[in-house]
Amino acid sequence: MSAARRILLVGGLALALWGMGHGLWYAAFAEHQALNAIGSSLTAAFSGAAQRNAPRVNSSMQQYKEAKYVYDRQVDAHSHWIGFAMLLIVLAVCFDRLALSEKWKVLLAWGVLSGAVFFPLGVLLQTFSHGPMPRAIAALGSALEIVSLLLIAIAFARRPSPACA
Amino acid sequence: MTSLESSPGWHCIQTASASFEPLGARRLFLLGGIGLILVGMLFGDIFAVFVLHQNAAKVGANLARAAHAALAGNSFAVQTNFQNVGKFLENRGTKVDTHVHMTGFGYLALLLALVEPWIALTPRAKRGIAWIFLVGAGLLPVGVFLIHYVGLVYSPFESIGWASIAADFGGFLVMIATLACLAGLWRNFRSPARERVTDGLIALQDPVGRLLLAGGILLVLLGFLGGGYYAAVDLYSHEARDFDDLSQMSLAAAARNANAVDHALADYGQLQGEKAVKMAAHAHAIEFGLLAMMLAFFQPFVNLRDVWKRRWALVLLLGSALLPFCVLLELRYGLLAGGLADFGGLLVVVALLAMWIGILRCTGQWAAASQPRRGIPA
Repeated sequence: MSAARRILLVGGLALALWGMGHGLWYAAFAEHQALNAIGSSLTAAFSGAAQRNAPRVNSSMQQYKEAKYVYDRQVDAHSHWIGFAMLLIVLAVCFDRLALSEKWKVLLAWGVLSGAVFFPLGVLLQTFSHGPMPRAIAALGSALEIVSLLLIAIAFARRPSPACA
Repeated sequence: MTSLESSPGWHCIQTASASFEPLGARRLFLLGGIGLILVGMLFGDIFAVFVLHQNAAKVGANLARAAHAALAGNSFAVQTNFQNVGKFLENRGTKVDTHVHMTGFGYLALLLALVEPWIALTPRAKRGIAWIFLVGAGLLPVGVFLIHYVGLVYSPFESIGWASIAADFGGFLVMIATLACLAGLWRNFRSPARERVTDGLIALQDPVGRLLLAGGILLVLLGFLGGGYYAAVDLYSHEARDFDDLSQMSLAAAARNANAVDHALADYGQLQGEKAVKMAAHAHAIEFGLLAMMLAFFQPFVNLRDVWKRRWALVLLLGSALLPFCVLLELRYGLLAGGLADFGGLLVVVALLAMWIGILRCTGQWAAASQPRRGIPA
C-alpha cells in the first residue's frame, strides 16, 4: 500500500473513532445538560417577560445564546469529523487512480487529512474562545479541504490510472 | 487455461471473488450497510412527509402562544407552552437522529466493506466483528427513536432513560467493532507480508463505477462549496438573527408590544426555514456524493445486465442531485420544490434497492467464464 493511501486510511479510521468517541462522550455527559440549559433559559426569559422583568429577560437570553452557541458547535464538530473520516477512507481506496506523482499524492493526502482535522477542531475551539484564532483555524481547515478535493477531482478527470491494491 | 484466466484482470477477479464469500465479512458489511442506508432513507422520507412539517408548525404555534402568554402576563401559560415546545423538539430531534445515525452507520459499513481485505484477522473474527457492528448499528437508531416514547420510565438516572442507555450501548458496540477493524489494519501494516495483501476489486475498471465515482466527487465538491459559502456568508448572521428575534420577542412581550412580538415571531419562523434548507442541501449533496463514490467500487458485484447497471447508476445520480437542489428551492417554491425533493430521495432509494438486489444475486457465479456480461466483467 502506498504512503498516500496509508495516510488517508489510517487517518480516516482514527478520525472516525475520535469523532465517535467525542459524540459518545457528548451524548452521555453533556448533551442532555446542554438541551436543558437551552430550554430552561428560554422559559426563564419568557417568564421574565410575563412578569415585566426586563433584566431577567436579558440575563436569561444571554444564557440561551451561550448554551446554543456551544451546543451547535459540539454537534457540528462531531458530525464533520465523522463525515470527513468517511471521505478520507473512500479516497484512500481509489487514490492510486490519480494521475499524479507519488510526491503530489502524499502532499494531497496530508492536505485533505489536515483539513479534516483542523476544520472541526477550529469549530470546537470556538466553544472555549470567541476570538479570531479558532475561526481562523476553522477557515484554514475548510480551505485546505476544498482546495485538496478540487485538485483530487481534477487529477481524477485527467486520466484514469489503473491500479491493483 | 480459458481466455478469461489468461486475461490481465484475472488475478483481480480471483482476489475480489475470494473476499466475497457467502456470509463473509465483506458481504455482511456491504449488504448490511446498504440495508441500513435504505431503511434510514425510507424513514427519513416518511419522517419528512408525515412528521417534519407538522411538527415544525406545532413548535411555531406553541412558541407564538408562549410569546402571547408573556404579552398577557401569564407566566404559567408561558411555562406550559415551552414544555410543549420541548416535547415537540425532542420528538423531532430523536427522529432526525434516528435517520442520521442509521444512514451514517450504513456509510461506515460500506467503508469497512471496502477495507475488509486489508484487515489482518481471521475470516471468523472478521465475520464476528461485522455482526457486532451491525447489531450496534441497528440498536442505536432504534434506541434513539424510542427515547421520546420511553422517557425516564424505570430509569435509575435523573436525565437518561433506558432507551438512551440502549442507544449508547449500540454506539459502544459500533465503536468496539471499528476499533477491532483498526487493530486489524494496523496488524496488516506492521506485518512483513503486507505487500502480499491484495484486493482485485479496487483495480477492476467498471464503466458504471467510473460514472458513479465522477458524479460522486462532483456532488461532494458542490456540497463543500455550498457549506463553505454558508459558513462564510450566513452562519454568523443567522446566529445573530436567532438571538435577536428571541430577544425582541421576549422584550416586546415585557413591553406589551403585540406588533413587535408578531413581527419577531414571523422573522424567527422564516429564519428557521432558511437555516434548515441550506444545511439540508449541504449535508445531502455530500452524503449522496459519498454514497455514489462508495457504490462505484462495488459495481462489479452488482449482478445485473450492464445496461441496467448503468440505468440505476444514472437514476441514483439524478436523485442525488435533484434532492439537494430542490431542497434549496423550497423557500421560494414551497411544496412544489418539496415534492420534487422527496421524489429525488425516492429515486435514490429505488436505485439503491436495485443495486442491493443485484449484489444479493451475486452468489459466486462471477468466476464462471460462461457469464461474461454479468457480475465482475471478463
